[in-house]
Amino acid sequence: MKFSPQFEQRFEEMVSHYPTRRSVLVPTLLYAQDETGYLSDEVIRELAERLELTELEVRNVISYYSMLTTRPRGKYHVQVCTNIACLLRGGEEIFEHCRQTLGIGGGETTSDGLFSLAEVECIGACSWAPAVQVNYDFHENLTREEMDKILGHYKKKGTQ
Amino acid sequence: MADVNITIDSKPVRAPGGTLLIEACKKAGIEVPSFCYYPNLSLQGACRMCLVKIEKMPKLQTACTTMITEGMTVTTDSPEIHQARKGMVELLLGNHPLDCPVCDAGGECELQDMTFSYGAAESKFIDIKNHRDEQQWSPVVYFDRPRCILCYRCVRICGEGMDVWALGVENRGVNSIIAPNRQDHLECEECGMCIDICPVGALTSGAYRYKTRPWEMKHVDTTCTHCADGCKTTLGVRRAPAGMEIVRGDNRDKSGINGDFLCIKGRYAFDFAHHQQRIKQPLIRKNARLTPASWEEALDLVGKRFAQVRDQEGGTRIGVIGSNRTTNEENYLLQKFARLVLKTNNVDHHRTADFPAFAAALAGRGDRTATMREVYHASAILLIGNDPTNRHPLLAWQIRNNVRLHRSRLYVINSEPIKLRRQASFFAQPPAGSEARAVEFLAGEEGAADALATSSTPAQRWRDLREKLRSEQNLIIIFGSEIRGRDLEKLVKFGSTLAQAKFVCLSDYANSRGAADMGLYPDLLPGYLPLNQGTKFRDDWGELPAATGLDLGEMIGIANEGGLRALYVVGSNPLGRLPIDPFLLSKTFIVVQDMFPTETAAIADVVLPAANAYEKSGTFTNTCGDLQLVRKAGEITGTKPDFEIIVRLASAAGFDIRKLVPFGKRGTHADMGQSRGAQAGEADRHAVWLEAHGLEPKLSPFDPMAILDEIERLVPGYEVSRSNLLAGNDQHTTVEGPGMWHDPALIIPARDDLFTSGTLGRYSRLLNSVIEHRQGVPAGEVVAG
Ligand code: SF4
Ligand code: SF4
Ligand code: SF4
Ligand code: FES
Ligand code: FES
Repeated sequence: MKFSPQFEQRFEEMVSHYPTRRSVLVPTLLYAQDETGYLSDEVIRELAERLELTELEVRNVISYYSMLTTRPRGKYHVQVCTNIACLLRGGEEIFEHCRQTLGIGGGETTSDGLFSLAEVECIGACSWAPAVQVNYDFHENLTREEMDKILGHYKKKGTQ
Repeated sequence: MADVNITIDSKPVRAPGGTLLIEACKKAGIEVPSFCYYPNLSLQGACRMCLVKIEKMPKLQTACTTMITEGMTVTTDSPEIHQARKGMVELLLGNHPLDCPVCDAGGECELQDMTFSYGAAESKFIDIKNHRDEQQWSPVVYFDRPRCILCYRCVRICGEGMDVWALGVENRGVNSIIAPNRQDHLECEECGMCIDICPVGALTSGAYRYKTRPWEMKHVDTTCTHCADGCKTTLGVRRAPAGMEIVRGDNRDKSGINGDFLCIKGRYAFDFAHHQQRIKQPLIRKNARLTPASWEEALDLVGKRFAQVRDQEGGTRIGVIGSNRTTNEENYLLQKFARLVLKTNNVDHHRTADFPAFAAALAGRGDRTATMREVYHASAILLIGNDPTNRHPLLAWQIRNNVRLHRSRLYVINSEPIKLRRQASFFAQPPAGSEARAVEFLAGEEGAADALATSSTPAQRWRDLREKLRSEQNLIIIFGSEIRGRDLEKLVKFGSTLAQAKFVCLSDYANSRGAADMGLYPDLLPGYLPLNQGTKFRDDWGELPAATGLDLGEMIGIANEGGLRALYVVGSNPLGRLPIDPFLLSKTFIVVQDMFPTETAAIADVVLPAANAYEKSGTFTNTCGDLQLVRKAGEITGTKPDFEIIVRLASAAGFDIRKLVPFGKRGTHADMGQSRGAQAGEADRHAVWLEAHGLEPKLSPFDPMAILDEIERLVPGYEVSRSNLLAGNDQHTTVEGPGMWHDPALIIPARDDLFTSGTLGRYSRLLNSVIEHRQGVPAGEVVAG
């Protein structure tokens, strides 16, 4: 399993911060996922070995966090918040709109591999609800039109 | 920690500070309900059933995570507490299926009990229950997810207790689910500890599921018949067309030397008894074919033939091979039968440990042998050779949990990186096969250090190890069959220089130690007494053959030249286990007493169908020397216990059986109850009751207790408390006799692992299915990381 030099450098540095190796599991998983798109069996095996954990333990942690995934996602992972603040300000409509526009349900990926969709709990942007997170970027105070623009923007970016 | 005073339900209680409140309550006789708490596992605080009121604390507190402090005042039951617990049960039942009528745990389920106690049977939850189908994770382990109450006991016992870490928790919150280590299946030691510890019926076993209900079985405590560790196991039996069938094995009351533990063999591998190839009728070779015959015909034929060879050619032309799996009483009786009835010292068995050398090395200091219980408490342990995880699962459990719970220091010397190195505070790895050299080094041979040096353990580390060991007090030295003969002597000498060191000599089968202790040797009487020191026995039995007999190899060696006219093989398969050419035995009259058509039985002239250890009564001695009761649980019509067969053969040979078994001496009569059918075992229980009340039944020549009397009287080291033994407790015996130095090559290890068990394993469907399930899995540790 090969990761980028940046990953390796970060990994070495993180490991040195903690008394036990297992402590760096969560950030390591995130960085690995950023590089490989999802946490494949191979990545899990590699990280378990590096951190002296069982593969089962690594899988258990991954399954705990909704940000981590063991299955490939779209290039752009559209996470629509439908928690209370967003719900009150039309989050569910935004989610419904995304479903129709993209033609996929929550947890699914478009056939061109560009988008995947998820309904998520509060992402901490309540003051600007309804909010959507695409990969690490936030989009706030959304309306359907606004959402169309955003999706269009990513589509363009992704197919260039 | 110093004792503190607390008050529980207005009762004053004194206990060491830091004791968990739930344990303090237990001590005071107050049961606090719990699901997730389990003694000796890490604390979880997940189920909140143990809520209690502690004065000066704002909310109800979990008794399982609270340590007691001076002056604490606790209430364990009140309307508020009751309501809280009832609420917890109600939540658990929210998604719990209503399948108690078919669930294996029904009748033994902690959730049922709690529902009964707190009455939360009415559900306010109206949504559809979240159903998932049952999954099979291995031949042994099944998981029924909706029944799981997420107490995490299984996860902890597998990880902390077994050091396998095969179970985990996936997802979170209400979606949490117990997950096996290979995503949809398990790859583990298949011990069934997770199933046993599950408070509900979420984890069930392939061996028992949907077979019967707990209250339909009779439960019989006995001793495991597989490895040499001697776990106490409770067999659940019920009536079957062919006698009594064993349907379950577990460690119900946890009172044995094994506490919570049983490995796959003790828990599930009892199915060999019902294998279709089990021999249920005597067989006599007629026209070159083994043909069914009656017991009368077979016994008569064998008895007369033995007598004929003895009278015409002498007892030295007869050989007797005993078993590592028959009871002490049977082993003792067998060698007595050989020496007294057949007039031969040609007695031997498949030796898996050098006990005679152990006796010689100890030279009478029998108090230097450690018990299995002591291994769990010793402050330090030195393990040389062997791989207990695979060959002595209970011993491995004792060592592992001693390290975990009592911080015992474990020193391991092994040329293989055995799994227990994970618990070792010092692991020394000599070159392959040089464990004995390591012993020489410990005993002071400086030169050995260089020969032992490897990349992982350089010479200096060996010196450090010896220094460390020298400063240990109460060290228990456990050694495998790598250490024999004079090496064993050196080891004992080294140990004797340490303060209070004790020893455990590892053998391989359930009663290997008993076979050795009871004198299944051509040159040793019971208790490791050389033939010329057997005055005690001569006084009791009368004249005995004086000349040293032949060992197993020698018997086979002279057979082909016509030197061995008859061979009596009891519960042993020398042709299958040892490199012997069957042709060598073609001129010998061979009698095999066994359960299955083994390689040896295939060439026999007469085959006598024997009962196994789960089908008779007596005692076993485990590898440490702990003597325990074996009790009759199952029964297969047509078979007989080896004890009875030997007595009947003596009778058929024209011998006065009163000289063999001291029975009926008081000439009393008693109602001994039924010995077959629905109430089978009653006679044994009745006998136990009589014994416990100082009455001596022994009205029958087939009563092993009569021989146990004689063993206690004549065999050095076996003077134990009979009432303790009969109450189901282990009694430590010691190795006392002078012993002897044998050729170390006579020891042939069995090399069984976790999933094999000699002949028994070959006929256990369950063990075979596990072996198949694991095929393609690399041998060795079943744990990653
Ligand atoms: S080793 Fe297997 S059978 Fe034993 S506790 Fe772990 S998962 Fe259960
Ligand atoms: S399977 Fe049984 S032991 Fe394991 S968490 Fe569920 S209820 Fe507890
Ligand atoms: S450890 Fe040995 S004695 Fe105990 S259950 Fe397993 S095979 Fe039987
Ligand atoms: S509720 Fe949507 S961001 Fe907080
Ligand atoms: S027993 Fe105390 S929280 Fe489960």
